[in-house]
Amino acid sequence: MIETKTETQVKPESLKIVTDVVCPFCGTLCDDIKVVLDGNRIVDTMNACIIGNEKFKSAQAGHRIMTPMEREEGTTEFAPVSYDYAIEKAAQILANAKRPLLYGWSSTSCEAQEVGNELAEVCGGVTDNTASVCHGPSIMAIQTVGAPCCTLGEVKNRADLIIYWGCNPIHAHPRHMSRYSIYPRGFFTERGFDDRTLVVVDPRPTDTAKQADIYVQVEQGRDYEVLDALRTATRGEDIPDVVGGVKKEQIKELAELAKTKKFGLLFFGMGVTQTTGKHRNIDMAISWVADMNKYTKFSLIPMRGHYNVTGAGQVMTWQSGFPFAMDFSRGHARYNPGETAANDMLQRHECDAAMVIASDPGAHFPVSSMKWYAQIPTIVLDPHYTPTTGISNIVIPSSIVGIEEEGTAYRMDNVPIRCRKVIDAPEGLLSDEEVLKRILNRVKEIKGLPAGTHH
Amino acid sequence: MEKITLTPKADEKYLVLEADCITPDAFAGKTLDEIKEMKVWEGNTTWPLGKFFDIIGTVADKAEDQAIVINGNVPRVKYIGSRMTTGAILCKGDVDMYCGAWMKGGSIIVKGNVDHFAGIQMEGGQLIIEGNAGNYLGASYRGDWRGMKGGEIVVNGNAGCDLGEYMIGGTITIKGNVDINAGIHAGRAVGSKEPGGKIVIYGNSPGRVGGQLIRGNIYVLGKIDNMMPGFALKETKELDFEGKMLPFNVFTGDRAEAGKGTLYVKA
Amino acid sequence: MVKPKVTTATNEILIKNGFVYDPASGINGDVKDIAVQNGKIVEASKLTTGARVIDARGKIVMPGGIDIHTHIAGPKVNTGRMFRPEDKLHDAGMESSSRLIRAGGGFSVPSTFTTAYRYARLGYTMANEAAMPPLLARHTHEEIRDTPIIDQSAYTLLGNNWLVMEYIKRGETEKLDAFVAWMLKATKGFVVKLVNPGGTEAWGWGKNCVSIDDPVPYFDVTPTDIIKGLAGANERLGLPHSIHIHPNNLGHPGNVTTTLKTLALTEGIKTHKKSGRTQNIHLTHAQFHSYGGTSWKDFFSEASKTADYINSHDHVTSDVGFVTLDETTTMTADGPMEYGLHTLGHLKWCNADVELETGSGLVPVLYSPASHVNGIQWAIGIELALLIKDPMKCFMTTDHPNGGPFTRYPTIISWLMSKKARDAKMATLHKWVPERTKLSGIDRELTFYEIAQMTRAGPARSLGISKKKGGLAPGMDADIAIYAFNPKTTDAGQKPEALVKAFERSAYTIKGGEVVIKDGEVVALGNSKSTFWSDADGFDNKEVTHDIVDKFLKYYSVTLNNYPVQDSYILNPTVIKCGPLAGGN
Repeated sequence: MIETKTETQVKPESLKIVTDVVCPFCGTLCDDIKVVLDGNRIVDTMNACIIGNEKFKSAQAGHRIMTPMEREEGTTEFAPVSYDYAIEKAAQILANAKRPLLYGWSSTSCEAQEVGNELAEVCGGVTDNTASVCHGPSIMAIQTVGAPCCTLGEVKNRADLIIYWGCNPIHAHPRHMSRYSIYPRGFFTERGFDDRTLVVVDPRPTDTAKQADIYVQVEQGRDYEVLDALRTATRGEDIPDVVGGVKKEQIKELAELAKTKKFGLLFFGMGVTQTTGKHRNIDMAISWVADMNKYTKFSLIPMRGHYNVTGAGQVMTWQSGFPFAMDFSRGHARYNPGETAANDMLQRHECDAAMVIASDPGAHFPVSSMKWYAQIPTIVLDPHYTPTTGISNIVIPSSIVGIEEEGTAYRMDNVPIRCRKVIDAPEGLLSDEEVLKRILNRVKEIKGLPAGTHH
Repeated sequence: MEKITLTPKADEKYLVLEADCITPDAFAGKTLDEIKEMKVWEGNTTWPLGKFFDIIGTVADKAEDQAIVINGNVPRVKYIGSRMTTGAILCKGDVDMYCGAWMKGGSIIVKGNVDHFAGIQMEGGQLIIEGNAGNYLGASYRGDWRGMKGGEIVVNGNAGCDLGEYMIGGTITIKGNVDINAGIHAGRAVGSKEPGGKIVIYGNSPGRVGGQLIRGNIYVLGKIDNMMPGFALKETKELDFEGKMLPFNVFTGDRAEAGKGTLYVKA
Repeated sequence: MVKPKVTTATNEILIKNGFVYDPASGINGDVKDIAVQNGKIVEASKLTTGARVIDARGKIVMPGGIDIHTHIAGPKVNTGRMFRPEDKLHDAGMESSSRLIRAGGGFSVPSTFTTAYRYARLGYTMANEAAMPPLLARHTHEEIRDTPIIDQSAYTLLGNNWLVMEYIKRGETEKLDAFVAWMLKATKGFVVKLVNPGGTEAWGWGKNCVSIDDPVPYFDVTPTDIIKGLAGANERLGLPHSIHIHPNNLGHPGNVTTTLKTLALTEGIKTHKKSGRTQNIHLTHAQFHSYGGTSWKDFFSEASKTADYINSHDHVTSDVGFVTLDETTTMTADGPMEYGLHTLGHLKWCNADVELETGSGLVPVLYSPASHVNGIQWAIGIELALLIKDPMKCFMTTDHPNGGPFTRYPTIISWLMSKKARDAKMATLHKWVPERTKLSGIDRELTFYEIAQMTRAGPARSLGISKKKGGLAPGMDADIAIYAFNPKTTDAGQKPEALVKAFERSAYTIKGGEVVIKDGEVVALGNSKSTFWSDADGFDNKEVTHDIVDKFLKYYSVTLNNYPVQDSYILNPTVIKCGPLAGGN
């Protein structure tokens, strides 16, 4: 058997280096990070991008919540409480709610998500993950038209055409281009960069667009029409002179270029999932990629944001059947974004309690959603102070997966990797998984159900 | 027809109710007491219907003779008339989501507005909305390429986006304006010898009318701000529209899908 | 009034008076007692007086069912669940959350907990995930962990693997053996699985290998080379099962030629002696590979050709892959085939190619009684089961969910045991069906003994686990199914509805000596669920290690240290030791 233990080399200054560390930040899920330790202190990282490096360093840079807290009713003052107290309160809130909302999940391990999914079910509540404000539209589009995909290594080894549509990896997924798409040398792409053509489609000339061989400047919110024209042109039919700000000639050129390539890959992000039409934009993009398979090999991969939003969707789906916005209120699982997604529930004032975990809706959700959030009993589970913790009733700190806890995460291309534990968590902190297990057991007691988790 | 009237109790507050029991099929042949005990869901908690409604009237033996009147505004009661096969419902106010969803027959009249997902995967009957409709009117359920099969939906006001998604048959008429994606994906499940569904929009749309259309007929009497590039102008001709001869630009598409649908836009 | 017996020995069960069908011991419906103690079958004399007594008078007792090929855990299965919310809408059997039951459902692709409950209700106690892509093996095992009650295993996909093809090209059999052994360990896999060998790598470029002589682009080996190479490695490793193959050219009219040529490839390979099985190749979902004709228009059944070959050759076992004429979801590592299905019906298509290893595709399908093609496919499955003489060589599967959901097994049993039932079904199908198949002329009705061979003894022996599974002899695992059907008073051939009713909801399912199902309801989850995997020792090879390291450094998108499935993912493993150091199993 090949040695698979993590290497730890001891350097003269008694620093240790932990290798093959998985970065728990974005959907690129780099697993080649090296972390330099001095005892239990992270000194530095190697190979990580600027954001990943920050994630590791920030674990020990202060700003950690060190004890559970309860907000005094009607004020913004918090008092420290014990884990037992906080867990009891959380369980009471969730067990007594008629329509609790459990939201987040994307920045913790699958092991924690599995417990959390059971908790949502036992509470008869609605559970949703950050996909509903990010790539939920991609999932909805896949539910409409499917998706021809591949793993990132296929891109590295075969792709000679890379399209980044509505995303800016240089900023949001910094090592994406160097690890997987444009720069690496693969089996059939030995010349690396020279073997590939980069196309960027974006309303703004982003830093990624500046690297492109071909930049298509689409009008904001017109991607659906441009893709419709692209598909029509691909079929050899005529299209209007200008579509969505893009000239007919450029659309036709792109259609013809794509047909000459051996392996095309479309990466796409918030620029198309969160603009007018949302999942219809992705639907049309997927349909174009599917059309292209008549002429050559073509696939797509969504640029997932959080490092384990993909995992949250996988866990919910295999356990209960749906990938996000799942409603257990009538005992069996139901799903309909537009009704059961977190913002739907909050804006319609449908939920009477909420628990947020491993995400920060306070920073990202519309004000109208958070106004309701602030009025209902709420629990938040997070290692750091965030806008969400500031307005919740019960705040429970946890250790950080991928730095202080092991656990499974799924990369944007659905490859599951086990995140490592690199340092010990601060004294006394529990993991998300452990906190959720305790809340689940207590909720089961309150509801008269047998204890334990269902494994 | 025998009529049962449900008057919402003003003092009873709730988050939201799921009231799939409010159908002629469920009420017919029961007693009023039994109807008052029928289950409604407030989240994970069940209550008797009578907790939230004063219920009076007469019960019919057969569902086709049963009329139900919702005597007030119930913007947070979902599933009214869903899956009904016959009989009649009159709502004297707003209703929440899934009104008339999966209905197979009978008629529903809503004096106010309906929320999203009204009439999804409808197979027959009539759904008349005097106010506005939300999104996904007469659309399909997530992932299902088989949408509305039959029946008639009429909206006097405006409708939201994605109406008639994956439509197979039946008619949807909107007297006001619609948002994007009217008729999107319509006709995917329609055979080459069948006409598909019919959508008539009297007002305007910002765009994406007939996006990814395969089969079916869409009429727009107002303006479309942005036409789908996949539609090609075939001809301009006069058509008899409700007794009047009107000029229409006739487009076929969506060519991105090799679609054979027709989009008539008043010239 | 009789005083109820007090069960004081919770680890003991005595099943009395049932009609026992245990082909592994040659028992054909005798009225016999079966005794259980501490999770094993024992002689009745070993029990104490405190044993729980189950009166199985008038009922059928069989070992627990074994599904040798099903898709219930892993990445493409989950894609199937995720991209079909309508599969839940159309499922009348959605599970609601209760004390024992986790919510879930899905008609053709059920969620993991629901999968377990449904299998257990059918009297099944083991289901083998037929396709695990190595890079994503962790996902398969996570789902297995969330599937309670039943034993499982996963088959490691190797038929399109780059290193496998490179070693075969260079004729380096020792390295091939070492690599296959390593892959099974790294993925905690049970079986060497081939799907469309060579063709799915070609699909990485949008191409395919439809004949066994088509060379794989760049790698310059043919499916013939891959099949022979891996079959040889499998036998040298002494793995419990043979290679398990989904041949090239699946689903195309005329493909029976490819099938027979494929099976002939291993005629000369010696089956490993200690494995306990007789075959060195297992043909999966044979129905999809028994087609005649040149197009869908002149499509007809060649089931008799496949059956003739299997009848006259002992180196083959097979499973059927029945089509049940439902709306279902197709999912397979045969990526190009799925794309072909998509272009045919224009329904939504998912695809997932896996670097250096394999791929997969999914498309919903509506098998319709009105379609002559689907009707003939239905008939082919039944023809195979009736024309193949020895049910120890022909096992019941639907290639779930490809041919239909596994919940249709009782209905399929009724078609096999009742000519009346299958004639009634045939009468609802397209008129070309009886013309293009031989089915209406076949009178054979299978017996309960033969059904037990097809669903218990046969799969267990083929998988090389017949010492523990698939039988009721003392020493074997206490996995037992009891069905409320009296073979003496009711003629299955005449009363197929009663048969289906009894087999859809077992009177009792016992797993590892614990009653988990009673009268079709889940009453316990049991504590014996295990994951089977094969550990072939004695094949370490430094050059192979170097080659693996090289592949990870250059071509994989994950590091080598992050690749193998860690032990924490496998709860309660059953490790089948094989290889020269293990002395056989």
